[in-house]
Amino acid sequence: MSTSASTPGDITRRQMLRRIGMTALIAGPGAGMLTACATGGGPAPAASAAPSASGAVSAANPFGVAADAPLEVVIFKGGLGDSYATEVHEPLYKKAFPQAQIKHVATQQIAQTLQPRFAGGDVPDMIANSGTDLMDNGALQQEGQLLELTELWDAPSIDDPGKKVRDMVAPGTIESGLIGGKPYLMNYVFSAYGLWYDSALFEKNGWTPPKTFDEFKTFAETAKAAGVTPFAYAGKNASYYAYWMILISAAKIEGNQILIDVDNLVDGVWQRDAMKQSATAWAEIAKYMDKSFEGLIHTEVQLRQNQGKIALYPSGSWLENEQKEQTPETFKYALTPTPSVTASDKMPFEAIRAAAGEAYIVPAKAKNPKGGLEYLRIMLSREGARGFTEKSGNITVVTGAADGLELSPGNASLSAAQTAAGQNIVTFSSFENWYKEFETELRKQTNALMFGRISADEFCEKMQKATDKTKADSSITKQERTV
Amino acid sequence: MRQGKYPFIVGFLAAPVLLYVVFVISPYVQAFQISMTNWKGISANPQFIGLENFARLFEDEIFWAAVRHHGVLLLVMPLVTIVIALFFAFLLNLSGGQRDGRMTGIWGSKVYRVIFFLPQVLAVAIVGVLFQAIYRPDGTGVINGLLGKIGVEPVGWLIDPDIALLSIIAVMVWQAVGFYVVLFSAGMSSIPKDVFEAAALDGAGRFTLFFRITIPLLWDTMQVAWIYLGIAAFDAFALVQVLSVDRGGPDNSTTVLPMEIWRTAFNFSKFGYASAMGVALFFMTITFAALTLRVTRRERLEF
Repeated sequence: MSTSASTPGDITRRQMLRRIGMTALIAGPGAGMLTACATGGGPAPAASAAPSASGAVSAANPFGVAADAPLEVVIFKGGLGDSYATEVHEPLYKKAFPQAQIKHVATQQIAQTLQPRFAGGDVPDMIANSGTDLMDNGALQQEGQLLELTELWDAPSIDDPGKKVRDMVAPGTIESGLIGGKPYLMNYVFSAYGLWYDSALFEKNGWTPPKTFDEFKTFAETAKAAGVTPFAYAGKNASYYAYWMILISAAKIEGNQILIDVDNLVDGVWQRDAMKQSATAWAEIAKYMDKSFEGLIHTEVQLRQNQGKIALYPSGSWLENEQKEQTPETFKYALTPTPSVTASDKMPFEAIRAAAGEAYIVPAKAKNPKGGLEYLRIMLSREGARGFTEKSGNITVVTGAADGLELSPGNASLSAAQTAAGQNIVTFSSFENWYKEFETELRKQTNALMFGRISADEFCEKMQKATDKTKADSSITKQERTV
Repeated sequence: MRQGKYPFIVGFLAAPVLLYVVFVISPYVQAFQISMTNWKGISANPQFIGLENFARLFEDEIFWAAVRHHGVLLLVMPLVTIVIALFFAFLLNLSGGQRDGRMTGIWGSKVYRVIFFLPQVLAVAIVGVLFQAIYRPDGTGVINGLLGKIGVEPVGWLIDPDIALLSIIAVMVWQAVGFYVVLFSAGMSSIPKDVFEAAALDGAGRFTLFFRITIPLLWDTMQVAWIYLGIAAFDAFALVQVLSVDRGGPDNSTTVLPMEIWRTAFNFSKFGYASAMGVALFFMTITFAALTLRVTRRERLEF
């Protein structure tokens, strides 16, 4: 398109230029196209899924799955890998229904892969909806795209037909998957959140994990003197690891009600004393963290911990498995609860956040939704859960399924922490599933707070503003939780 | 030649025009339609809500932050790119004096031409990943590693809200310069050598040759370059996505409209609102191009 070439015919160079300009103008901003092409054939009514053929309902087949109906399973292939599906759950399903064809799809980008399929009405039968690019479960539910899972929880368990599936899982599992008061998400992985460290490094240096924030500060000085960053997280893509800590500390000060109120967008919740104290305490500790951590991603920071450059790292119990390849032989992962902020905290130091996470869903308009339900029931069987723990290194919500398995150092420490915590469990947060915009704002402000651009007061003020804005926004469907 | 001209042209144009209408024009038209709905992008049941989405835009501070950033991009990026590209193109083509009656570039200009063009061949995602390593904020980054050798503290290229956007602009300039060097080189080689000879005989130095002869005769090419770069300034999605803190941060300091459109649509499931942003972007781009064509209109020389 060199303009030096003389143009043929009677098109003058001026016209030519103009045309080039206009063409580029229309072709240039691909963004308009991006939003537009997503509708596919336009907003025509989605073809309702063909009613799936049913098989006979029996004790072994409580949902009446058609034995020869194909099943499509979409797995988020992240920290958990996907071998638990290909080598455990899918073979188990195949064993139950030998004629069924199973299609396995593994992806790291759930939303990009599935959003067009939802819009087009061609959806898979079971989805592991996880990762940074997960689909908005709240929006899916509002659009009637999620199958309610009451049937699953009330079905007889595979291991003990006398019991229901709901009796086989850890308390709180079903509640953590409620949207609009009804169960839609099967949160499968039992995760504990806290500060992770290398127990070997701590032993070598004669360090003990701090139990209060005063001790935390003393510890920070000691670690700094030894050339180790006392606490760090990755600002570039994992600032939510840090806001989890702020929320957990707030709950320890005031009790779980504050997290429930955060989810319910209660007036003034972010400006309560507990929230301010927690934000102030964490911002103090963050001062020991180099500014450069804001530009690093989680794997870079986790690698630095494996190299002994970071003492305490906020994360969940998937961390050990995620770092398996990079962790040196000598490195022993261990979990410590977040330190107490005040002497009058409602919950003791030992309290940890332990919650069911990693949502598995069955689309309402799937071709074989009964197969999807049956797949989930298989996942919740003892054999399925045990296999999952073996393949992914993570414990499931199925109680006692991992008993007798040899636990990794991280999982052993997790189980000890759980025992120590007893009934002192910090509750989960639902706004991450309900209000994505609010959550994005919290990520931004957490970085601003932790890297010293705003004070704890400003942080609380901004988050309260975001809460009020979400509450006032008529285009966002509000949710409510009581426990 | 005149005979059968139209069937000939139509025959060639029909297929591309059809493809263009189906894949470019129709999505655009549809974006206008979607922008007046509350479509969530999941089910096909959007409800018409009139101009509510556009009213919302006026109160959306992130939207305005993105618009401001496009303003900065539009001022800085094309200007810097064109100045650098013109300078290089002049060095490569005209500054070496005359040989065999032709203007030549400085010694080694052919090698430089390849070097300058190289970034253009790299996919933008690769450029992004390269610059992640170059800009890494601690001592392990390429630039900060070098700065460390001369005792300078690491600079937070992408994490300091004051310089993050400029750092991203620098990458865009780095990638674009090569193409415009080639474009301007082509433009310069089409300027008749007699003009230069005449000027040189009259005692014009390099400085005069550049400002009094080259630039006026290259005006059309520069105009095209300006429009292209301006349109690129309305994009910047890929680099912001790969390089910036938490996609547009820190504190919204690098976010751009395509980034917010993507986030609003795919993260927040608000395709209607995202389309409204897309429509706003469309009008900004079209206004820019129309203004540029009008403002830069000049009498042109035929040769």
